[in-house]
Amino acid sequence: MTSAAELLAGIAELAGAEPITRVTIPARLEYAYSPGTAQTRFLNALREKRLLAERCPQCTRVYVPPRGACPTCGIATSEQLELPHTGTVTTFCIVNIAAKGLDVEVPYCYAYVLIDGAHVGLHARIGDTPYAEVRIGQRVEAVWRDELGPSLASISHFRPTGEPDADPESYRRWM
Amino acid sequence: MPPEVLSAPLIVEFPFTRSTGPVLGAFLTGLRERVVLGVRGSDGRVICPPAEYDPVTAEELTHLVPLGQLGTVTTWAWNASPRPYQPLDTPFAWVLVRLDGADTALLHALDAPRASVRTGMRVAVRWAEERTGAITDIACFVPVTDAATPTDAATSTETASAPGTDDAAPTEPEGPAV
Repeated sequence: MTSAAELLAGIAELAGAEPITRVTIPARLEYAYSPGTAQTRFLNALREKRLLAERCPQCTRVYVPPRGACPTCGIATSEQLELPHTGTVTTFCIVNIAAKGLDVEVPYCYAYVLIDGAHVGLHARIGDTPYAEVRIGQRVEAVWRDELGPSLASISHFRPTGEPDADPESYRRWM
Repeated sequence: MPPEVLSAPLIVEFPFTRSTGPVLGAFLTGLRERVVLGVRGSDGRVICPPAEYDPVTAEELTHLVPLGQLGTVTTWAWNASPRPYQPLDTPFAWVLVRLDGADTALLHALDAPRASVRTGMRVAVRWAEERTGAITDIACFVPVTDAATPTDAATSTETASAPGTDDAAPTEPEGPAV
């Protein structure tokens, strides 16, 4: 296998030129993202430290964040409700690679939190506790930022409440 | 009345770093030094941009040859509404240019009034002022008359009166694209 330098050596006007060996070519997609009416309600409520959800009129599952429809039944969700700020860890992972632009020290714990009364997990970071102590069934509560906005970033993270772990029967269907 | 629906910019970007390998590495190095390289295939044809492997035999190719900075448009398409990050921010033609000394054509942009663009027209490389070893080291192609030498076409102001080659005023007025 030859190198770029070897190939360049055979060309009078390029002999000795510092060869290019790597290039950075970003793949960049620019969207104008609109979350739709249901998520707009949810995001706006986060400004007031409220967690809005929707219940499917057919299967009665409660979705947070709401999408305006039940993905299981395929029908519009009409009933809106407000959920508490507490929940149960249903699964988690330890993140060891720092994502560009993310202002969190690695390693950290990222989890699904099943908010009390909901039937889908909310993605959230678990903080204020050693990551090695995070476990499935652990009870957690939302920690809100001082600056609230129409974004899930209004919730800084979830932290353990110190309550006993939840009964697995209470969340096993919704893992 | 439903609340106003939110909207926000969402940018997804993957900063891929790629190894360029011997042939494309040499090609990009050449661009930085204002030399366009092709590669000679087993059938004697010169391929530009250079292929790493022979299109006929699949053998590794290593015989690089410097090409001229003049070429011929083999086909083109008009771009009336350039998008961000495209080579020019005024309407231009996407062109396939067969550089003198090559047997295949290179895709690039041609800065010329739409009415003047045609298959077979003669064009020259306009180099970017700052070159880093990328295809964008060729800022674009510009029209030339065959009397001009490659050096003149690319750098001198003498040819600036030819349509579309005025470096100082690349956005010459023209009618709306038809």
